[in-house]
Amino acid sequence: MRELTVREALREAIREEMVRDEKVFVMGEDITEHGGIYGVTKGLYQEFGKDRIRITPISEGAIIGSALGAAMTGMRPIAELMYIDFSTVAMDQIVNQTAKMRFMSGGKLEVPLVIRTQGGGGRGSAAQHSQSLEAWFMHVPGLKVVMPSTPYDAKGLLKTAVRDNNPVLFIEQKMAYNFSGEVPEEEYLIPFGKADIKKSGTDVTVVANSYMLPRAIKASEELKEEGIDVEIIDPLTLEPFDKETIIKSVSKTGRLVVVHEAVKRCGFGAEIASKIMESDAFYYLDAPLERVAGMEAPIPYNEKLENFGMPDVEGIKAAIKRSCYKH
Amino acid sequence: MDLSKEKLIKMYEDMMKIRLFENRAKKLFNEGLIRGPMHLYIGQEAIAVGACANLRETDYITSTHRGHGHCIAKGGKLDKMMAELLGKATGYSKGKGGSMHIADPDIGILGANGIVGGGLGIAPGAGLSAKMRGTDQVTICFFGDGASNEGIFHESLNLAAVWDLPVVYLCENNKFGLTSKAEEVLSVEDVADRAAGYDIPGEVVNGNDVIAVYQAVKKAVERAKNNEGPTLIEAKTYRWEGHFVGDPCVYRDRSETKKWKDRCPVNSLYGHLESAGVSENELDEIDSKIRQELDKAVEFAKNSPEPEIDSIFEDIYAD
Repeated sequence: MRELTVREALREAIREEMVRDEKVFVMGEDITEHGGIYGVTKGLYQEFGKDRIRITPISEGAIIGSALGAAMTGMRPIAELMYIDFSTVAMDQIVNQTAKMRFMSGGKLEVPLVIRTQGGGGRGSAAQHSQSLEAWFMHVPGLKVVMPSTPYDAKGLLKTAVRDNNPVLFIEQKMAYNFSGEVPEEEYLIPFGKADIKKSGTDVTVVANSYMLPRAIKASEELKEEGIDVEIIDPLTLEPFDKETIIKSVSKTGRLVVVHEAVKRCGFGAEIASKIMESDAFYYLDAPLERVAGMEAPIPYNEKLENFGMPDVEGIKAAIKRSCYKH
Repeated sequence: MDLSKEKLIKMYEDMMKIRLFENRAKKLFNEGLIRGPMHLYIGQEAIAVGACANLRETDYITSTHRGHGHCIAKGGKLDKMMAELLGKATGYSKGKGGSMHIADPDIGILGANGIVGGGLGIAPGAGLSAKMRGTDQVTICFFGDGASNEGIFHESLNLAAVWDLPVVYLCENNKFGLTSKAEEVLSVEDVADRAAGYDIPGEVVNGNDVIAVYQAVKKAVERAKNNEGPTLIEAKTYRWEGHFVGDPCVYRDRSETKKWKDRCPVNSLYGHLESAGVSENELDEIDSKIRQELDKAVEFAKNSPEPEIDSIFEDIYAD
């Protein structure tokens, strides 16, 4: 099968959806000739023109606000927020307006809006361009939150997001754009709310997503030699969240390690931990659950410090081993 | 003046509908049947009515926390509005929105809004959508003097100007942002002057004169339909009531309020109605018809069921 990068897979998803439905259009900063700051929309401007690949002022509030207005009145916008850090400038439009519009209108308004954004560290972008803020948005009823890792997932989930009649925050990771992997030529969609077991195993359940997924996979490969058989689950969507798959897995393995790039406290690992403790999987736990997460500090610029602040393969391995009492 | 007798009567009827609806809502609030903050539109009726008299059902408005008047002027049903104020399942938001969240996309009401400046983000999007779909729908964005100090005001007007969007920005300067006096928190005397910063027309209009508002908005709506872009209109007015029902109004002088009451917006129409040959009798009949409609609306609201408990989980996500 052919291989694509995440960047190419996302671009193909946008292109296919724009061809399929003329109501779909893209708006955001620097998305035309430049193709967006990470090149995802490159070439689409030449194909679809400036009306449907619509460059905006640096006005995040107006980008999300007007994308919402367009979504409420018959269009299906894909609004790009260049960095998830900039969502702070559009928080009213995302949290107070977009998320609540359907509820406040008694179910009469639909908001088929995709907010594409990217976050995470790894390239020295420092404290205001590297955050992982997905948990903020999981906390707001009315939003869906999607975080893909592989090219296959990125494409299938983005196409589903565009066809969803709800606001979807679609969070990419800047270091993952160059990940490559198999993507079929024929069309496919990936449903929301269904976790993907990336590798089945019997000894310990590891939940990891986005930029952390390949690190978790690498850790599991290295631990195989030490006799630990890891099961790896990527939730794919954080809201809706497929807790059943994780509960089932933990009931089998008796051990849980959650890996995410976001700061540990109140990260989605805390939510998963609580969901497990509230479920019957609690009775199957053989060890305290482990969270491997970003350090509780702003993301530093210095490479050594930045790497220290982010979960790495060694850290993931150590947590898995602690969980298996093999440290 | 190009206004037919029918149009003048409709304007009178809509202004009185708002006035009497608000008086009734205030009474119900004081009886304890309405909870939360409720912001009345009394004194500003000429603006919503004069503006919306230029719109078709398919045109859009975005409204504010003080939104009852806009919704009525755009064709909102009194019974469903009243039921919403009473938190009933038959209300516009099924009792889950209340006074600040009345919306009806079927008649172009893209929502009242609890956030100052909330509609400023949405309005250019509705304009963009109309433009991309190739319709000549116009959006009126109602907001207050207070919202003109929000960052989104700048973002919104710049965006609408850059894209020549069919949006009419209608600032209702009622002299107060909650309790703060507009002149103490605005860098300009006239919000309309801010239009210059976006290279769009800005106009000040007497917000207590329904015909003046109608004509100013008419020009702006024509500009919008002709693809000439947005307009900023500032309607100078005054809210008779406090910021919300129960506001003791310690920040303003009663004599000022009285002065503005003497400039009642409904009065601005009497001369025109008389010239058009509308008798006082006809107006009295309209008033009593509205009162009957309101009686029915209140009865409907009171007799409507409370929302079911499970409805808290409904309408959060579309299927």
